[in-house]
Order: sequence, then structure tokens, then C-alpha cells
Amino acid sequence: MNIVVCVKHVPDATADRKFESDNTVDREGVDGLLSELDEYAVEQALQLREKRSDEEISVTALTVGPAKAADAVRKALQMGADKGVHVSDDAIAGSDYLGTSLVLAKAIEKIGSEQKVDLVVFGMASTDASGGVVPAMVAERLGLPQVTLASVIESQGDQVRIKRDGDTATEVIGATLPIVLSVTDQSGEARYPSFKGIMAAKKKPVESYSLSDLGVEASEVGAEAAYSAVEEATARPPRTAGEIVTDEDGSGATALAEFLASKKFI
Amino acid sequence: MSASSTAALPSALSSGVVFTGTPERDALREAAAAFTRREVAPHLDAWEDAGALPRELHRAAAKAGLIGVGFAEEVGGDGGTLVDSLTVTEGIFDGGGSGGLIASLFTHGIALPHIAAAGHTPAGADLVDRFVRPTLAGELIGSLAITEPDGGSDVASIRTTAVRDGDHYVVNGAKTFITSGTRADFVTTAVRTGGSFEPGKGHGGVSLLVVEAGTPGFTVDRKLEKLGWHCSDTAQLSYVDVRVPVANLVGEEGSGFVQIAQQFVVERLGLAVQGYAAAARALALAATYASERQTFGKPLATRQVIRHKLVEMRRQVEVARTYTHAVAARHDAGEQVIAEACLAKETAVKTAEHVCHEAVQIFGGAGYMRGSEVERHYRDVRLLGIGGGANEVLADLSARLLGYAG
Repeated sequence: MNIVVCVKHVPDATADRKFESDNTVDREGVDGLLSELDEYAVEQALQLREKRSDEEISVTALTVGPAKAADAVRKALQMGADKGVHVSDDAIAGSDYLGTSLVLAKAIEKIGSEQKVDLVVFGMASTDASGGVVPAMVAERLGLPQVTLASVIESQGDQVRIKRDGDTATEVIGATLPIVLSVTDQSGEARYPSFKGIMAAKKKPVESYSLSDLGVEASEVGAEAAYSAVEEATARPPRTAGEIVTDEDGSGATALAEFLASKKFI
Repeated sequence: MSASSTAALPSALSSGVVFTGTPERDALREAAAAFTRREVAPHLDAWEDAGALPRELHRAAAKAGLIGVGFAEEVGGDGGTLVDSLTVTEGIFDGGGSGGLIASLFTHGIALPHIAAAGHTPAGADLVDRFVRPTLAGELIGSLAITEPDGGSDVASIRTTAVRDGDHYVVNGAKTFITSGTRADFVTTAVRTGGSFEPGKGHGGVSLLVVEAGTPGFTVDRKLEKLGWHCSDTAQLSYVDVRVPVANLVGEEGSGFVQIAQQFVVERLGLAVQGYAAAARALALAATYASERQTFGKPLATRQVIRHKLVEMRRQVEVARTYTHAVAARHDAGEQVIAEACLAKETAVKTAEHVCHEAVQIFGGAGYMRGSEVERHYRDVRLLGIGGGANEVLADLSARLLGYAG
């Protein structure tokens, strides 16, 4: 079985994140890391490989991004993925979800031209843009079923069954491979790269693709081709003092409930 | 969307102390820090109060690949050098760990090396299978017992005896200040199988025996309360006519002193890392506090008296780390660095004591409060100049090794 896990290199959420002058995310000036939500995707791919240890299963970590994005692939390799693919091209900078999904889909097709891809795994969203739509777009472009936001994943043969926890109901969805799958942060804590894994990752192959390798024109991606753009960004205002509900006559709970209701929390 | 984000606590990196090595060591340090942020930091106060670490943590750390670093794959470890295992310690402090945590979660670092090193004989290989592998897998907890109520750093004068009786040794004596001793499944015990405990006569008669918990006559006398390292349990152990199979002898009879001495370099460098890594963490916490805390209308860090303190703290951390790494790298290269390890430990101990003292000072009243992290480091680092060879003992050892003894 051939599994591709799509991973994203994102600015460290604990660092001071900034925008470039054209309102795209500054990806060079801040420390980056493998998006935490994508670690869950890597973990599920590795668990599937371990649970089906009698099969030949290959896990490829795929990323799209500038030179530093190779770190996201490396982290996935250190966790245990078998090989990596890094798509990098200056023309990709500023791509929106559609542009990104096009590059990912073409890269998955190229990986699949050598060995058919049975399963594409995503995290539920990136921790920087938080769109959560790329898995669906890639599925559409590849003509594959999309099985998204899984919290539990089971598989046997070419059958996959997942649990998806919604706000009002829990769904159990069955699908037949090949599919595009996205997993949530409830699917199971991701493993830490071990010393052995870190040392082994040094020797694992990482292929680099440019847009021309994928047959994608520069004009199809990047900021120019984007359907959406950030016009303006404002820094988060400093925290304010908040509102204190004082309970003197037993009405505190009511006041608190009214406050939460007014903010649509309850 | 509930992306769990790591707590935005300062790390040594955020204070500018750059713990860098090879890309692989950076990844290892980050993995150790990530493990600590997620699996340790949220619970550390509770474990400090409980006075011990839970066993599950040993399994989790082994699963995360942290326990086996520095031990050869042939004995169940993950491979790697001393510098690699020191890198794990750096990561654990960076993630919010503590000296007590290191001492207790990594007690195997002092309990196992002798057994692993003696594993080349059939009898040694059996001990490796029984004790080293399961411990590196996080299933067993081991301790090392050398210090006795009548003496500490003076290994040659131990009084606990082991007398041969057929296929067994009969052990009698007492050990104290034994890290992880109340939880240990086995204790690598220094015993006297010959010679005399009188000054100058004891070196040849010391042997190492693995004593398993539950062996009749072997008991935990007391759980000892301490100034710091609260999450690390410490025991006083009693041996009364304890029958230990001869198969549990580590290496040759009478070779215990040499075996113990050979591991001292590793232990001392490990304590040196604890010193500068705790200091780096305390510096990061103090620097962040100094930039946020307003006094008389300005952040503390705008006061020259404070920011010069921070620079001095930084200077000491940088020097201690650089020198300790240099000595560890020489050890990995096969050089004899007994004296240098003493110097590294002394440098790091002084750094830790100075930096943690100043960190508490910068935090003021908040730093004196139980539950503030700098308060814990301040108490914890006091042990570093005592354990693994007291400052004074190491200074005298260095004087002899360096030719200053007259």
C-alpha cells in the first residue's frame, strides 16, 4: 500500500508571527515547524503501517513550500515516514487554497505514476491559515472520495471505516480505497521522534519537485492566480480587563449565564 | 477547531542561550522538550507533592525513545554517545523539567552502566537480559547504592559486607541517600567481598551485586525527606542476611571500585549538564519576567542593575555549557578526562547556584513562593555540589591529577 501524508511547515504559533509587506505570511523571518495538526496525520499513517505489518506499506511525506519547509518533511521522516517529497518553486509563493491544492494533487499524481497511491492523509487544518478545505479540494482534483475529520480510523483490506464527531451527532463512515482522509486532533497523540528515528531519517530519500516537474504553469499558482488575497491585517488588540460578575444576592449564576448567552457561548 | 498549542513558556532558546549541535541533536533536544512539555510539566507540581514519579512515566519516556539514549543497541539501548544523552537532559530542562525529574527518571543512567559494560560474558549477558533491557524498556526501575550511613564519597571504605556461601553471597549492611530506592525493582549495590574498610586498604575488596526487591532481608528502612529534588524518591536501605545469587555479581569479584570509578566521569558530566541547563532555564524565566514586570512605571529590565545581572547569568551559562560539551566530546573520543570532568562539574555547580540565586532575586517575593519554577530550581541545584562527588572531594582529586598536590 502506498500512503502519502501531506504536511505543512508553519510559523511557530508561540513565536511572534508577522506578515510580509504584501500581506502574505512571513515564512522566513520566524521559526517554523511541522504543523501540529499534521503530526496527527503522520501518526495515523504510521499506525496503519504498524497495524498491517504483514503488508508492504510505504509512507511518503509530501510538502509544498520554500526551502525551510523541508524541515516539516524531515520531522515526518524522524517520526517514521519512509521517504519525502518537497515541492518548491518561487512561483508558488502567495498561492491560495486552490493553488496549493493544485500543486499537491499534481505531486500526488506524480508519486502515483511510480506506484499507485491508495491513501492520502491530511491533518484537519493547518495551524497558520486554519482553512481546513485543502483535503476536500485535493480529493476533488484527484477524483477520489473524501473522508474527512476522522477521530477513529479502522481499515481492513481496501475498506476503511472512520468515526467523525460532529457537534450534534457522531457519524460512522465507510469507504473503499483509494481515498483522501483527514484526521482530527482527537485521533491519538502523535509520537515523538526517537533518537533512532532521528538518526535513521538522515539516510531516507527526499525528492525535490519544481512546478515544471509537475506540469504546472507558473501562471496557475501564486499570488497572481489567487482568488482570494489578504487586503489588510490588524494586530490583535491587547487583552482588556474583562467583566467581573459579582454575586451578592445569589443572582451571580443568572448574570453569568446571560453574559455567556450574549456572547453566544451558550 | 482545537489545535492544542504548547504553552508559551520561555525556553533557554528564547533567552538567547543557544543549545545547538548537529541537526540531529537539535531534533533530539526538541523531541525531549516536547515530551516534557506534554507529559511532564503539567504534572510536575503534583509529583513534587507526592514525592515520587509514577511508573507510567518511565514507560512513556521509554516509548518516546528517551530512556535508551547513550546505551548500546546490543543491550537494548538506542545507541548514541555521552553528548547525545546530555542533549536529552538539555531538552528536558528546556521543556520545563527539573533536576529531581532527571535524577529519578534517569536513575538507570547510574544503575545500569556497570551491568551493561560487563555484558560480554555469558553471566554478564544474563544480567543484561534480566535487568538492562527491561529497564531501558521502561518496565523496571533500578538504583545504584554506594553511599552508607558512615561514608559517602569514600567508596573504598564501604562496610556493607557480602560473604560467599555456596552459590550465594550473604549481604549485611545499610545504604543511604539512594535515589529511586523506594521504587527500585533492583539495586546495583556496592559490597565488600574482601579487603578492609580501613583507609588505604579497601579498593580491592569492593564488588557490585544486583539485589532484587523482595529478596528476604532486603528492605526500605525509610523514605528520606529532602531540601529539593522532591519528585525524586530517596531511600535508606537495609540488608540483613540477604542471600543474593552469585550470578548477580557484576563483573569480576573485587573489581567494583574500578567499575564505579569508571562511571564517575559520566555521572559528573551529567550533573554538570543539570547545572547549566537548570541555570539556562532559570535565566530564561528571569529574563522574561524582567521584561514584563513593571516597577516604578518601567519594566525591570530597563534597570541597569537588573540587566547587568542577566548578562552575568548568561555569561556563566554559556561558559559552563561550552566547557562541559568540550569535555564530554573528549570523553566520547576516548580520552581520559577525570580531572576535566571535575572542573566542568565545579564550573556548572557555581553557575547553577549563582544563576538560580539571581533568578529568585529578580522574581522577588514571587520567586520565594512555593510553586514558582525558579524557587524549585533554587532548591534543586543545591544538591549538585554534593552528589556525584562533593566539590571539596573533587577539588582534591583534581589537585592530585593535575600535579598540584605538592
